[in-house]
Amino acid sequence: MLAELGHFALILALLVACVQATLPLWGAWREIAAWQALARPAAFAQFGLVALSFAALTACFVNNDFSVSYVAQHSNSLLPTVYRVAAVWGGHEGSLLLWVLMLALWTAAVAAFSFSLPQAMVARVVGVLGWVSVGFLLFILALSNPFERLLPAAADGRDLNPLLQDPGLIIHPPMLYMGYVGFSVAFAFAIAALMAGRLDAAWARWSRPWTVVAWLFMTFGIGLGSWWAYYELGWGGWWFWDPVENASLMPWLVGTALIHSLMASDKRGNFKAWTVLLSISAFSLSLLGTFLVRSGVLTSVHAFATDPKRGVFILMFLAVVVGFSLTLYAWRMPKVRMGQAVSLLSRETLLLANSVLLVVACAAVLLGTIYPLVIDALNLGKLSVGPQYFNAVFVPLMVPLLVIMVPGTVVRWRESQWSELLLRLRWVALAALGVGLAAPALAGEWSIGAAFGFFLAAWVVLGSVQHMVLRWRQPGQIGAAYWGMQCAHIGLAVVVAGITGVKSYEVERDVRMGVGDVVTIEPYAFRLQGMSEVKGPNYRAVRADVEVLKNGQPIDRLYPEKRRYFSTAMPMTEAAIDTGFMRDLYVSLGDPIDGPTPQWSMRVYYKPFVPWIWAGVLLMVLGGGLAAVDRRYRAASPRTETMPTGVAPQGGA
Amino acid sequence: MTARQRRFMWVAIGVLVLCAAAAFVLNAFQSNLVFFFTPTQVAQGEAPQGRIFRIGGLVKDGSLQRQDVQVQFVVTDTARDIPVVYSGLLPDLFKEGKGVVAQGRLGADGLFTATEVLAKHDENYMPPEAQHALDKATAGQAAQTVKP
Repeated sequence: MLAELGHFALILALLVACVQATLPLWGAWREIAAWQALARPAAFAQFGLVALSFAALTACFVNNDFSVSYVAQHSNSLLPTVYRVAAVWGGHEGSLLLWVLMLALWTAAVAAFSFSLPQAMVARVVGVLGWVSVGFLLFILALSNPFERLLPAAADGRDLNPLLQDPGLIIHPPMLYMGYVGFSVAFAFAIAALMAGRLDAAWARWSRPWTVVAWLFMTFGIGLGSWWAYYELGWGGWWFWDPVENASLMPWLVGTALIHSLMASDKRGNFKAWTVLLSISAFSLSLLGTFLVRSGVLTSVHAFATDPKRGVFILMFLAVVVGFSLTLYAWRMPKVRMGQAVSLLSRETLLLANSVLLVVACAAVLLGTIYPLVIDALNLGKLSVGPQYFNAVFVPLMVPLLVIMVPGTVVRWRESQWSELLLRLRWVALAALGVGLAAPALAGEWSIGAAFGFFLAAWVVLGSVQHMVLRWRQPGQIGAAYWGMQCAHIGLAVVVAGITGVKSYEVERDVRMGVGDVVTIEPYAFRLQGMSEVKGPNYRAVRADVEVLKNGQPIDRLYPEKRRYFSTAMPMTEAAIDTGFMRDLYVSLGDPIDGPTPQWSMRVYYKPFVPWIWAGVLLMVLGGGLAAVDRRYRAASPRTETMPTGVAPQGGA
Repeated sequence: MTARQRRFMWVAIGVLVLCAAAAFVLNAFQSNLVFFFTPTQVAQGEAPQGRIFRIGGLVKDGSLQRQDVQVQFVVTDTARDIPVVYSGLLPDLFKEGKGVVAQGRLGADGLFTATEVLAKHDENYMPPEAQHALDKATAGQAAQTVKP
């Protein structure tokens, strides 16, 4: 019953989406107010129906209704309830339903928080989002219906992949999807503005908070994914340049460029054409990411679909979206007046440099991700692109980005003086250089790479701190967006310091240990105290008891496990981690080794600075949150916006 | 220098920087492509020596040997076998008789030294490269039986 209810709700949602996608747009074109007014109720109705459908599927999971084929494939009666709920998005069909739910949520949010916007604009934005919704609802109903019945019902489910039975994975997909789908709002604003033929400062101002919110969810989602890979996959890596990771990194890079470009369009009216292109690209890359991850062309924990029709559908949808957007862009864009001329050293120029660097980085990642797939699809052979490529390309592109980050917040709009900039930043540069030279010596062995990484991180942090102190001393209110920007910038610097530290000083030991054996990584020692059998709700595990000593003093006990799940007999390594402010100690248990005395292979890792990576991500998320709640965005419609005369006060985000 | 000349100079510098970046990216790309070879191809000497590449197939039954943390096993596509040595922990789903993909270098003695043994995420799942190797070997054997 519940499954059918969910199915019908989804069909109704498609009908509502069709209305939402047509009448308001028509009304906006023909200036029929009553039809424009349909946008809001349609958005709310669609959200209600999709939420009902999602709730029905969740109920099927919680009730262990194995007559629903999707539930039977991804759940099990022994699965704890919280994972049964998470299993809703543990497979292809349910995760697409989550995608649509997020889209409906964003649309409803736009409808609810847009009372300062002109009615026609709301109608257009909601209408464009309606089209996206129609596409995905059609996809779900036609090709990946999660409510399909399995007759006769399965006695028990096949269980959720053990790798996904983890707290990090409960929230990783919803967060990442909020980000992916959130870029559809920036896209809809850009398309709506193109349709209206009015790319004014108001458009950029409206887009900004939405884009920032999408970006912060995406940042959080990527951070969670990286954290999960680190502790769950059992080999202590936190970024693999896996195509699936790249799929989320690409829209993030372009989204970051978009946030900065929108700022120039909002404040100065510059780069509008570029900003629109970035809006279209960010959403297209989100769709591409969905295609890569969900179509089965990639093989990973994320790829469930094996039906080639599904991949083709998403690819067609992507082609339609990109084709339509670019046509509209080509048709409408020449009408948009270009921004004002700027001098070489100005905030506009540095923002443009930021955009270009991020887009080039994204293009390089795209090349490395897509090339093997294209070659394979054309039957030209099988190959892969190693992480060395991504490191070799990505790192040199991020270096100038970090370098210009500080002057980018200091220089004035339109025109600035080199002498003034040098005078202001010379102490920051010197201090950062000092930190760069000294920090590696304190952390361990001195190396040029570590020195450079710490220098860049210190440069950004010190530059931000100096800026905040100077700004604080000036009169006048400081908006939340300003603090948000500084917080996010410092967050990135913390990530950079973390990556530098872990890459330069990590120690990895693959060893063989018996009970009583000790492995030493100065000043830590790891002693295997014993082995035991434990039983979990749906698995049995071998658990090692490892005592950690620092300078001979016990500081912690770690219990890495090797689990075997009943339903699939699939083994799983559960690493144990002792997290500190400056380092992680990481132990994971391998296979038993035959011999006269029982021994096990083990991984013992010393990972300095690794917690900084996620702390930095959290700072970036916090920064995004601060920026999004700035009061400026909630002010009444900025339609009588005039360009600030003279030189803007220093700062402002 | 007039304003026009100066602008031209900056545009030229911009184009040069972009060209340099493109050259650099493509060069890095070229030198980091990892090609895939089936055990049959390796046995026939098609794989490069001294360059990193991938092989895939099944882990031959009874071929797994452990010495300390170093392991040895044989990757087969049912037609030809390639011995592989790897030091480190094997992925959770590594099993004899199951599919595997290994990345590393081929020594002059025909021993493949793996730097990475790729994990699968699902027990029923076969790495597509390993499947490809098996399919090719099967096709090759079929062709041989047809041709006397």
